[in-house]
Parts: sequence; structure tokens; C-alpha cells
Amino acid sequence: MAKNDLIGGALWDAYSKKVSERMDNPTHLGVLTQKDADEKNAKLIVADYGAESCGDAVRLYWLVDENDVIIDAKFKSFGCGTAIASSDMMVELCLGKKVQDAVKITNLDVEHALRDDPDTPAVPGQKMHCSVMAYDVIKKAAGLYLGKNAEDFEDEIIVCECARVSLSTIKEVIRLNDLKTVEEITQYTKAGAFCKSCIKPGGHEKRDYYLVDILADVRAQIESEKLKENISKENNGELSFADMTMVQKIKAVDKAIDENIRPMLMMDGGDMEILDIKNSSDGYIDIYIRYMGACNGCASASTGTLFAIEGVLQEKLDPKIRVLPI
Amino acid sequence: MQKRIYLDNNATTMLDPSVKSLMDPFFCEHYGNPNSLHKFGTEIHPALHDAFNKLYEGINAADSDDIIITSCATESNNWVLKGVYFDLIATGKKNHIITTDVEHPAIGATCRFLETLGVKVTYLSINKDGNISAEQVKNAITEDTALVSIMWANNETGLIFPIEEIGAICKEKGVLFHTDAVQAIGKIPVDVQKANVDFLSFSAHKFHGPKGIGALYIKKGKELTPLFHGGEHMRGRRSGTLNVPYIIGMGEAMRIANSYLDYENSTILKLRNYLEDELLKIPDVVVVGDRKHRVPNTTLISIRGIEGEAMLWDLNKAGIACSTGSACASEDLEANPVMVAIGADKELAHTAVRISLSRFNTQEEIDYTIEVFKKAVERLRKISSSYEGSL
Repeated sequence: MAKNDLIGGALWDAYSKKVSERMDNPTHLGVLTQKDADEKNAKLIVADYGAESCGDAVRLYWLVDENDVIIDAKFKSFGCGTAIASSDMMVELCLGKKVQDAVKITNLDVEHALRDDPDTPAVPGQKMHCSVMAYDVIKKAAGLYLGKNAEDFEDEIIVCECARVSLSTIKEVIRLNDLKTVEEITQYTKAGAFCKSCIKPGGHEKRDYYLVDILADVRAQIESEKLKENISKENNGELSFADMTMVQKIKAVDKAIDENIRPMLMMDGGDMEILDIKNSSDGYIDIYIRYMGACNGCASASTGTLFAIEGVLQEKLDPKIRVLPI
Repeated sequence: MQKRIYLDNNATTMLDPSVKSLMDPFFCEHYGNPNSLHKFGTEIHPALHDAFNKLYEGINAADSDDIIITSCATESNNWVLKGVYFDLIATGKKNHIITTDVEHPAIGATCRFLETLGVKVTYLSINKDGNISAEQVKNAITEDTALVSIMWANNETGLIFPIEEIGAICKEKGVLFHTDAVQAIGKIPVDVQKANVDFLSFSAHKFHGPKGIGALYIKKGKELTPLFHGGEHMRGRRSGTLNVPYIIGMGEAMRIANSYLDYENSTILKLRNYLEDELLKIPDVVVVGDRKHRVPNTTLISIRGIEGEAMLWDLNKAGIACSTGSACASEDLEANPVMVAIGADKELAHTAVRISLSRFNTQEEIDYTIEVFKKAVERLRKISSSYEGSL
């Protein structure tokens, strides 16, 4: 939540100029017929996605030549301003591409192309589903052209029947956008926005897949992949101290102390142990330690010895480390 | 200069300039705290008494009843539900509330919150006419029912619910009855005694009063644990220093609104019906709810093939303000809840536009609106993939 979020109703202000312009004057609006296809010796593809009852529907027309290139494209759309603008941009991105390449266009490509500047989203979060729909209709059209059953082509298991959102779309959108909540999935895909049966068990209709489970699975996968990547980086010595897991951090600190500090302390009959490691709010990494043996009560434990320990850890691991004896 | 035509009066209304002029002296001249003993405080009392008289008269409350000033109807609604929770439910006496599934979120969301505290809530569904019958309420009442809370008129469709009949049933069954009358006041006569209500909420900005002030009517003898504890304002029922200019504004707005009831139900009604008739000439356009059972200012209209927000966008460009509960205009993704509840045509749930007039609208504005509507429908149906007539 930010100060500006406290005042509602700014939805339209969050649309980019490109979205507004395309809403007012869509450039690729229209219909392509068999006659158009025959004149250009091309194949006509007409794909529908969504439904009026869901609040969004789009129809995509392609003329594809013998080299699989989309030589002309038009659309029609039932939807809000962003749905119309996204459909228009989606058509533009398809034009001139081979079908096999067009199918790689994602909702993010559509949304990015609608931005006025690269860092500001073209539409607010709850409108992302409109660009996702544009992405889905391309897959549908490509499925039709390539002679595949659209369902096979899209690896379709429909999770949300109301918004007709597939398992693969949901998984992909979670990954691409690093989504963390079911509400975000709904914002991006519309899945779960209507009868809500697909959100979690206990709705009026039993489902094979629920958004909460899909989210948990994908998040677990993402985390496990991160961990694997982390370990492999660690093995290659590429992992920075800040990116380590807590266990890795403790091990690294222990190792640095064993190799560089402990022998020095033990020579004087002392020792130390690590109590905790915390990221402080001012950007430091605080390592809490306890002195043992002769170090306990030694006059230099809070001066020279401490600076030596801190200096070694800063040099070996991270310059942001602070050592705090307790 | 571009025209600016405001047809979203169920969301909020313009402050009546004569209400404003009555409020003005109470900001910088007579700014005392009415609870103070000195003259700055007491000199305000006559104007406050006058404002309360107008409110009591406006809804026909008895002198012994209470009309407690709140910040808005949302607060009033929360107060009734949570007050009943503390008085009857938390004490284990009763555990059931009856409401409808088309109430304002101030009721709906509060009920869902109370459910997390163990309250049982029955959400009555509106029938295919968009209305609730007294029979439905009667059948839902059990031994355990603490409260029935049903709006007087629906904000989306303008349909008037049978509040008097429901009030009679609640009285007969000994169940507390609350109504959210936000959309009724200033549009139809509201009489708390005739309707047998125990609690009634309203908000000044819906009848040309200021925003940020409302009230809760509490029938004589009905207990309600306060939502705000503090000083002894309003005899301890709702603490907080009185918002003097706004109370004066609300009272005057109520008086004027009631004096315009005949105008609303003749001139504005005719204007609304004229608008509806003209828009219904466009093919595949549907108006929700029978005119006979609707408040005079409201039209919920569905234009096949055009998503609600897209329609609002075009109207807004022409300077016309309307609203839609459709998916894309609001900050959630739901279809218009009333359209869904009516269930008449699922396909139309995302195509609804609500037009709500006020006594400040003119024939000329409505003529312009009709013209703009027709152009917008033509443009947007050309874009539409779902309206085959456009191909």
C-alpha cells in the first residue's frame, strides 16, 4: 500500500497513452474473409477466445501464406479498453511473423509493447488478464493453423472454466511474473474471478485443480530451483554471502572463523561461538557471537579482538558484516 | 467548452447550492463546539435543533427515537451489524442474521467478517424480477434470528424492496429489522413508523447534502453497543465532536429532498422514462427491472455486445458520467452482481451501464446523452467480436 493507493478510481489514469489511443482508434480492427484469403493465395484462420459471459472475448483473423508467414491479421473484441488495446497490439506483433514464431509472443510482450516508457506498466495489475487473453488467442490460432487439436497444442487442462484459463497458462504466468498470491493470479489471468470454485476446495463445484495448490506447487518448484542454483553457485564459488541461505551463512562464518580466528583465540585459552545471524534494517548483516574461556572478560574482547574478527569476516565474506558480542 | 453531464447520482450527488449557503456561516463564524458551555458553543444550538427537526420529520421518527449522526451510511450499517453482534450474538442469545446477496458492501463485507466470528448469515437471493419477497424473509427466520437487514432500494437497479411487508413480518416474529435506506431517501417517501423498522441508515451525499456525514435511526428502546466509545456526545451512543456545518447541511438537504419528492416522481420520472424509451429503440438493449417498482431516477441498461467499461469510456469522452458494476471498470473482476443475481441472461452480466438522474438534470442533457449513446453503441459494436449484427 502506498499513499497514492488510498484514493480509488484512478484506473483509467493508470493506462498508458498507447492503450488510450488504441482504445479510441484501433488500427487492426476488422474482419478477414475467405475472399481475402483467396485473393492473396493464403489460408484463412479464425480463432475465438473467451466469452461474453466472462466479460472478455476476442476473435483473431489471420491470413497465412505458404511459408507459414502471417501476411495479414485483424481482430474483433468484446471487452474493456485495455482488452481492445491489447488485442490491437497483439495483432500488430503477429503481423509478418511465422506462425511458429508468433506463438512465442507472451502476454508480457503485448503489455510491454503498450508501454509509453519501458519502466511504467501500460495497464494496472488487475487489467493484466486482458493481455493474457491476447496471448491465448494466438495459441488458439496457431493450433488451428498447424492442424493440431487446440487442446493438444495448448496442453490444455482447464483450471478455471468460467474464464477458460489453462493449467499451463497459470503455471507460466506465476513463473513469468513471480506471482505470490491467488489474488495476483486472478489479476493476471482472471482465473478464480467468477464462481470461485477453482480457488480452493469447498466451492459449489469440485475441481481437479485448485489455484491454491497450483500456486503452492509452482512456488515450491521455484524455491527448490533457486536452492539448487544456489548450491551449484556455492560449489563453483560464485555465491555471494548475502545470497546464501541461513545454513550456508552459518557454515561460511564458521569456516572463516575456524581457519582464521579460532587458532589465534585458542592460543590464549579462549574461544567463541556464533549465536545468530540477522539482516539489519539499515543494510548490515549482524553476526551475534559469544566469547568463551579466557576471551570472556578479556579487556580486548570488545576492542582489538572484536575488530580482528570483524575485519576477517568482512574481508572473507562481506564488507557489510557487523560483529556483535553478547 | 465540453459538456459535463452528471448521470451517476446513485454514487454521489452535487451539493445543493442552497444547502451550502446554509452551511457556510458554521465554518468560520459560528465554529464553537456545541458541547461547550460558553456562548460560542450554545449559539449553535438553535441551528442544530432545527437540523435534527428536519431529519426527524424527514423519515417520520418519533421524538423519543434516536437519530444518531455518523460519518456515513457505511458506519451506520457497520454499527447495526456489529452492535447486534455484541448485544445478542456474543452473549449467546441469538446467532443468525438474514440479509440479501445484493446489499452494499457495507453490509455484505461486514456480514462476511461476522461469519469469521461464528455468526450464521443467510444471504437471500433476489428473484428473476430483481426483487426480494417478504415471504422469502419469513421463511428464513428461525428461533435463532437476531436481525434482518435488507436495503430499501437497490443501488444498481433502483428496484424498491417491500420494506413495509418485511417490517411487519419482523415485528410479528420479534426479530430486529434494519434497512439501508441510502438509495430511497429523496426518491420515494421513507416513513420509519409505517415500515416498522428498528434501525435505518442513510447518507447525506446521496440527496444533495455534503459527503462524509450520515445517520442511523434507532427506534426507541432498542439497545445498540456503540461502535465508537469516548466522550458523552449524543448521550454516549456515538462519541466524537459533532460535525456542525455538515449536520446542518444534512438536515437542510433532507428537507429539500422531501419537498422535491413530487418533482422526482413526475418530472424526473418522465425524463428517465423518456431516456429509457429512446435507448430501448437501439436493437438488443435491455433495461433491468419493472418501472413500476423502481425509484424514479435509476436505469440499469444492458447493451448487447458492448462491455460496460468500454461504454463508460466513450461516454466519458463525450463528457457524460455514468457507472457500471461490470468486471473491467471496478477494481475487482466480478460481473455486475445484480445482473448475476437476477440470472436472467448471463451473457449480459458484463454489459450493464447504470444511469442515475437527479433533480438537477435537464431535458437538453438527456437529449444529448441519447445522441452520444447511439454513436458510442455504433462505434463499439463495430469493434465487438460478440455482436454479430455488427459484421
